Order: sequence, then structure tokens, then C-alpha cells
Amino acid sequence: MFESKSGVLLIAGLTFFGFAFLSNAVVPALMYADLPEKTAEELVNPQLRYQFEELGRRFPDAFVAAFGEPPTSGDVEGWWNARAAEALREGRDLYVGEGCWHCHSQFVRPVSNEEQRWGPVARSWEYQNELQRPVLFGTRRVGPDLSREAGRRGSDWHAVHLFDPTLTSTKSPMPAYPWMFDGSPDKPKREALALITYIQWLGSWLESYPLYESYTPAPIPREGLLEEHNGQ
Amino acid sequence: MQAQGEQRIDGQLVDRSIVLAYFGAALLFMFVSMLGGLLMGMQLLRHNPLNGIEFFSPGRWRMVHTNAIAYGFLANAFLGLLHWAVPRLTLRPVLDRRLSWAIFAAWQLIVLGTAGGILAGHAQALEWGETPVWVDPLAQVGLLLVAVNFMAPIVQLRGPMYVTLWYFMAAFVWTFLTYAMGNFVPQYFVSGTSAGAVGGLFIHDLVGLFVTPLGWGLMYYFVPIILKKPIWSHGLSLVGFWGLAFFYPLNGIHHFLYTPIPMFLQYGAIVSTIAVELVVTTVLINFFGTLWGRGREVVTNLPIRWFYTGMVFYFLTCLQCALQTTLTFQALIHFTDWVVGHAHLVMFGVFSMWIFGMMTYLIPRLLGREWYSRAACEWHFWLSAVGVFVMASDLILAGVFQGWSWSSLAPWYDSIAVSIPFWAVRIVAGLAMFAGFLVFVWNLWMTWRSAEEIEFSSVPVTA
Repeated sequence: MFESKSGVLLIAGLTFFGFAFLSNAVVPALMYADLPEKTAEELVNPQLRYQFEELGRRFPDAFVAAFGEPPTSGDVEGWWNARAAEALREGRDLYVGEGCWHCHSQFVRPVSNEEQRWGPVARSWEYQNELQRPVLFGTRRVGPDLSREAGRRGSDWHAVHLFDPTLTSTKSPMPAYPWMFDGSPDKPKREALALITYIQWLGSWLESYPLYESYTPAPIPREGLLEEHNGQ
Repeated sequence: MQAQGEQRIDGQLVDRSIVLAYFGAALLFMFVSMLGGLLMGMQLLRHNPLNGIEFFSPGRWRMVHTNAIAYGFLANAFLGLLHWAVPRLTLRPVLDRRLSWAIFAAWQLIVLGTAGGILAGHAQALEWGETPVWVDPLAQVGLLLVAVNFMAPIVQLRGPMYVTLWYFMAAFVWTFLTYAMGNFVPQYFVSGTSAGAVGGLFIHDLVGLFVTPLGWGLMYYFVPIILKKPIWSHGLSLVGFWGLAFFYPLNGIHHFLYTPIPMFLQYGAIVSTIAVELVVTTVLINFFGTLWGRGREVVTNLPIRWFYTGMVFYFLTCLQCALQTTLTFQALIHFTDWVVGHAHLVMFGVFSMWIFGMMTYLIPRLLGREWYSRAACEWHFWLSAVGVFVMASDLILAGVFQGWSWSSLAPWYDSIAVSIPFWAVRIVAGLAMFAGFLVFVWNLWMTWRSAEEIEFSSVPVTA
């Protein structure tokens, strides 16, 4: 049995693999089967809508070019929600395609002071949606976790940061994404708008939105502020 | 007489040209992968000359880096080696040589499609399986054909089979199932936390149920042949295979500890990971038992040196794994470069080193020529072995500092600043590995070009 073809193929090959799949994949799937899986449309919340409309006000020309002229009468709400959901889906695809998730995780652990730094520990229901197919937990943090990023910074900051990260974070090792812009950070293309919408969504569903890191002003002399800013 | 036997095996059973073709493809993708790693490494040090160019975006090249190793280098090299080992072990040819070449062509299309798709921004959100979703069904068919082509000679065997064939047969089933599970289940059937559990299984099974059984199967084949003595203990071979078969598939969730995945499943994965390390120890004892009394071969015989160096690294990574999988270690080192160091030690330090050893042994036999330069072979070994050891130790240590920096709640940039010296050392180590690889390719080219075709059977076993 242990050295025969049928033993190797059926017991080791199929049975052991099947046992592991049942116990490690089917069990959690059944345990979370009662959590409904949300669509992108269902994920659009007031916080995200605010950020999305704000993108439209901040970059009017780029926004109209990307998503069309917002209607002034009729189903205005429906139009904004549909465009926001569209941007979420597209932003998520860009986030995956550019490999953002290989340097930015999306889960907060209950250890290593992560609650202090990022906010509430990750819960299962947060991931039960179509944008987490497959899930974007990530396994490496070169840059910060992004699952509590929504609302922490303005969309203009994100535009500049995506255009060239060193403009906002001088020594950042993050790559630049200038092809998502028409030459300058104030002219985002549809890609940049979608990606910023996606980032502004991450954590927008939490009560603690927007969540800021605990901040204590450092005792820097006033004269040193400028140099400190330029040197950082 | 022996020479005639060799000729018969060579002519009727083993298609030398396809082994060579697979080796060529494997080396090409190793080159691509190393370029990708170099690009990402330079980006981290903020010295990437190609920063801001869409098709050279380091984020995309990072995925090309890992996928080119898994599907370009390891898969191609293993397929070539299977074309050498399976017909010799079964004394029967593969199902059909035309099918072999069709698979070869299809697999290169799959790998190129994967690279092209990733560079065009179509990656799938599955670590180690970023193959675009439209490549997945093709790869699945390819894996099925591979299994059929190699199983044809194996099923004709009667009675108990040699260890190597257990590993190969299981690998054909496992690779097919693992690829299907990872690429389709979390994409089309489950989302969120459950998708995370499946993703963890996939990352782990790709290494444990595709790369590991093929790698060990080939070790069980080449080590006794080169040392001209049997494996030390048949019983330990059984323990090693069945222990791996049972415990390895249960490990996956240890990639996502402290996530919302149920805690009892996380504990289960941790316990079975530690069990795997005990199994690994029995395999290592078996191989060092085989080497016992012939230790000098490690100095004089290059392929044996590659193999046993890889085995020492294997033991180190597995020991490391037993520690790092515990929740105590995870709290500190998860998300850090510790894990990146571990991955390089496994994928390069163990499996790529074994493959380089097998290539070092086989290429004189495939080309009918002695290596052009033995010194170049030595350089390849030392640059690779020292390079990967320095890289892995460096990144593992960097991970500890990064973990401490994060838990201390220092500003995020502090964790980058503390990493810079480690990342600089990593680049140097990576360049050493790259240089070793280029020396190997140059040596292979010069061997190919050298005029004299020597008598096949007169190639000394010590290469």
C-alpha cells in the first residue's frame, strides 16, 4: 500500500489533499457562509461618497473626462453611487495590477501594538465583499497597512503621493506612478481617480472613521522647522 | 557493453534535446527573474534608474520575479529533469514525444503570457499565483497533459516502486489540484477570510506539494546514482514521504496567523508545521546516512556539493520555519523581511541550488562534452552559495529590526531607515548570485561551442 501506485495516488495524492482542503478551506467557508457577500454597489457608504464627490470638486476637468458630467436632475444619487462603485472596482484592479498589496497589508493584528498604530483589529465581516476576491490581506509591509487609511489624508495628498511619493514623503522607497496623470499631480487620469477612490474606501466602513494615529507634537524649535521639513 | 546500454537508453528512452530545451528556457527565465529582483532591490534603495516608467514598474516586476522563478525556472527545469529521470527509472519512454514538444511550446507560451499579462497590469490577487485569470485554464490543461505524458510509463510498472516515483506521482496529482484550488476557488467561489485561508493553502502547497516532492524525488534519484550506493534506509524514506504527504497540506494557514481566520485552524496549522520539521529531520538523517563514509565527495564532486549544501540550507529553513510559525515569533516577524529571507533560502538556497547541481551533472552528458571550465563551475557554486546565505541571513536579521521598530510605535520611516543598510547588503549578495549565474551561462555557452564531442560513456561521473 505505502509503495504502490494506488496507495500513492489515492491516499497521498487525493485523500490527504482533500482532507486538508476540507479542514482548512471548507470549514472557514462554512463558518462565514452566513455573512452576506457585498457587491461594490453595496459598499458605497456616505464617507466614500463624500470623498468621491470631493474628487469631482477638486479635479473637475479630470473628473468629467473620466466619469462624465454629473447630472443635475433625475436620479442624481443613483448616478453618483454607480460611478463610485465603478471607481471602486477599477481602483481595486489597479491596486492588484500594480502590486500595491505586496508592500501594503490590509489587516490589523491584535499584537505588536498594531491597535495603537492602525486602529481596530481586523474582523471577518470587513472582508466579505467582492473586492476581496481573492482577499488582499497581504504578507509584507514595506509601507504602512492601508486597511484604516480612508479619510486619514486628503485626496490631493494621495494624488501628489502617487505622482511622486518623494514629494510628500521625502525618503519614501515607493515607486512613482506618473502614467496615471497627465503630466502633473493636479491632472489625474481616470486610473488615478479610481485608485484614490479605492484607497479612500479602505476603512471608511468603521465607526472610528477617520482614524488618526495618536499624535504628540515633538519639541522642535521653531527655527528648525523649515530645515526639518526639507531634510525629512 | 555499458556504453552500448547507455546508447540504447539515450536513443530510445531519453530525448536529450528536450531536456536541453527545457534547461535553456529555465535559464532564460532565471535571468528575467534576477533582473526583476534587482529592479525591486534598487527601488527600495531609491536608486532605480527606471522609476516612473510603466512597464518597468517595480511593483509589477516584483510579481514577474516570483512567477518567473516558480513557473519559468523551477517548472521548466523540473520538466526537463523529469524527461531525463522518468524514462530511465521506468525503462519506458514517455507517452508521446510530439506531446512532449507540444507541452514544451505550450508551457513557454503560458510563462510568457503570465509575464506579459503581469507587465500589462493584469495580475491576479493571489500571491505566487499572479498568473492572469485568462492564463489559468491554459496552465491547468498544461499540467494535466504533463501528468498524462509522464504517468503513461509509470502505470506500466508492476509491483512496489522506487521512492522517487512516489514523489513524482504524488506531485502530478498535487500540482494539478493545488493550481486549481488556488487560482479558481478564491477568485470565483469564496471571498474574504475564506479566500485568505485558500490563498494560504495555495502559497504553501505550491512550495510543498509541487516544488518539494519533485525536488526530493530527484535527490532520491541522483544522489545514489552519483555516489554509486543505495539510500541508507528504506524505512526512513517511507517516513519522509508519508509524513510530508499528510502534514504538509495542513500547513497553509500559518501564512495568515493573527488574521480573522478561526484561531483553532491557526493552531492546527502551527502544530502540523512543527510536525513537518520532524519529518524533514528524518529525511535529512537518511541522506546524511547515505553520504556517511563518503564525505570527501562533498569536496571533490560538484553535483554532490550542490545537493548537500542545498540540504543543509533545507534543514536551516525548516528549523527556522518551526520557530517562525509560532505565535510568539509571528507577533514580531510577520510582514517583515524575515519572511523574504526565508523565501530566498528555500527557493534559491535549496531548490535552485539542487537544480544547478543537476544541470552541472547532466550538461556534459547532454552535450557530450566536458565542462569548458571547471573553475567557472566552482565560481558558480561559491557565488551562489555564499550569496544566498548572506542574503537570507541579512534579510532575516533585518526583519527582527523592522518588527521591533513597528511595535515600538516609532514613526513609520524609522523602519525604512533601519532597513537601508540591510537592503544595501542584500543588493550586493544578489549581485553575487547574479554574477555566479552569468558565469554558469558563459561556461555553458563555451562548452557548447567547444569542438570536441567526446565519447558519451567516458564522461567521468564526478563531472
